[in-house]
Amino acid sequence: MTGPGIYANIARSMEFLTLSEAIARHVHDGDSVALEGFTHLIPFAAGHEIIRQGRRNLTLIRMTPDLIYDQMIGMGAARRLVFSWGGNPGVGSLHRMRDAVERGWPAPLEVVEHSHAGMAAAYEAGASGMPCAFLRGYRGSDLAAVNGHVRFVACPFTGQELACIPAHRPDVTIIHAQRADREGNVLIEGIIGVQKEAVLAARRAVVTVEEVVENFGARSPNAVILPSWTVSAIVVVPGGAKPSYAHGFYARNNAFYVEWDQISRERDTFSAWMRENVTRG
Amino acid sequence: MTYSAQEMMTVAAARALSNEDVCFVGIGLPSAACNLARLTHAPRVRLIYESGTIETRPDVLPLSIGDGELCDTALTTVSVPEVFRYWLQGGRITVGFLGGAQVDRFGNLNSTVIGSYAKPKVRLPGSGGAAEIATGCGQIFIAMRQGRRSFVNQVDFLTSLGHGRTGRERAELGIRTKGPTLLVTDLCLMRPDPETNEMTVTSIHPGVTRAQVAENTGWEARFAADVHETEPPTADELGALRDLHARTARAHGAAAGES
Repeated sequence: MTGPGIYANIARSMEFLTLSEAIARHVHDGDSVALEGFTHLIPFAAGHEIIRQGRRNLTLIRMTPDLIYDQMIGMGAARRLVFSWGGNPGVGSLHRMRDAVERGWPAPLEVVEHSHAGMAAAYEAGASGMPCAFLRGYRGSDLAAVNGHVRFVACPFTGQELACIPAHRPDVTIIHAQRADREGNVLIEGIIGVQKEAVLAARRAVVTVEEVVENFGARSPNAVILPSWTVSAIVVVPGGAKPSYAHGFYARNNAFYVEWDQISRERDTFSAWMRENVTRG
Repeated sequence: MTYSAQEMMTVAAARALSNEDVCFVGIGLPSAACNLARLTHAPRVRLIYESGTIETRPDVLPLSIGDGELCDTALTTVSVPEVFRYWLQGGRITVGFLGGAQVDRFGNLNSTVIGSYAKPKVRLPGSGGAAEIATGCGQIFIAMRQGRRSFVNQVDFLTSLGHGRTGRERAELGIRTKGPTLLVTDLCLMRPDPETNEMTVTSIHPGVTRAQVAENTGWEARFAADVHETEPPTADELGALRDLHARTARAHGAAAGES
């Protein structure tokens, strides 16, 4: 087994594309896809384009499925969901995800369920070229009994029991960031979540950005930057994270997260909203 | 001063935190309680949210675990893998605050499913950070509204380990953190029995009867030999809590207007 980086794919040739080109080129039916962003910088616009292009049988990977995966699941794009917390943050349930799990609508959804610590470690392992991740996790939890991918191994030095889970190696990771420069380097600020790990773990990576700037200018020497050669495509999509937020650009639309509870509760109001706002949009 | 059962619960939870604590904070009541502690008797309590915001001092309560407010007011913001690896697993958090859909007599929590896992009656959000918070923090405070549907004899699914299904599983698994040491409800406070680890009523909120506590507990409620009456919220505590909620309502109203 080789890692996603030097053994497999030494330098990605970054190109600036339109959103529809980037999704057509990099997201295929049956792919494992990670759209990451921890509450902040969720790549909604890219998710909507995947829905418009009618992708099917995707394995959707994401720590917090949030509204974007609720929408993709409700539109029938997913076969499997790999996640660790599937709620509407601060509001309640993800009704489309629940409908798929509880009643198989619009299609049955296979669930591979982790904890946050496990998901984060699995991305780290993927980015590190490791086949699996070790953590002191899942102890005493029934999660280990329902997820066959959670195993326990003994530390060879101390004998301590450690949880071991397979690395995440998405076919494609998609993130949203504040800005790219002309060369295609990507700068992420604020709550950075697992985006860096998710990009470096993936075979291909698409980044939507608020803007492209000549150069990043004054910044901390420790700024979180993904070099252009770790990215497959960059797409300029102002507002591409709405209704989540982009630190320094726009605030989280908390009211929409509350409204989504009503919109998504019934299949017909959900489908009507998607027709009105995404598939015809 | 009159106050609600919810306010009593939040104040009682806040009082359990001290200036020496480093606290892993969840959304909802834990977030209100932790920030109330910081604004009243424990100004030096250090709050960490799983979005990676360390020593954050939000002026208003976040709606989500990753609101911009948390990052804007944090000492530093680290990645999510780092917050779970170095800060939680590394043993730097003294208190974790958890809740769930169900809690049982040994403080085990279910936030995954009601019914069977394969064919759930209700699919709940799942663990999030909770499974490792439950074992990685020095001790756990649980805050939940009390009722027979949520305070159950056995959780349908054990998401986050309390004292285990036997009350003794932490020791058997070699876990050295304390687990649940306090369960705060809208009716009372429970603490684990020193022998059995069964959650036992140690304090009842003013105006609440033993019978009410028992009726709202899905197992045979046990009372400590010496049950106290919880101190009612002080004017200062209520003032700080209401100001915090008022600021939060104004801010989220304003934030909701932008898009």
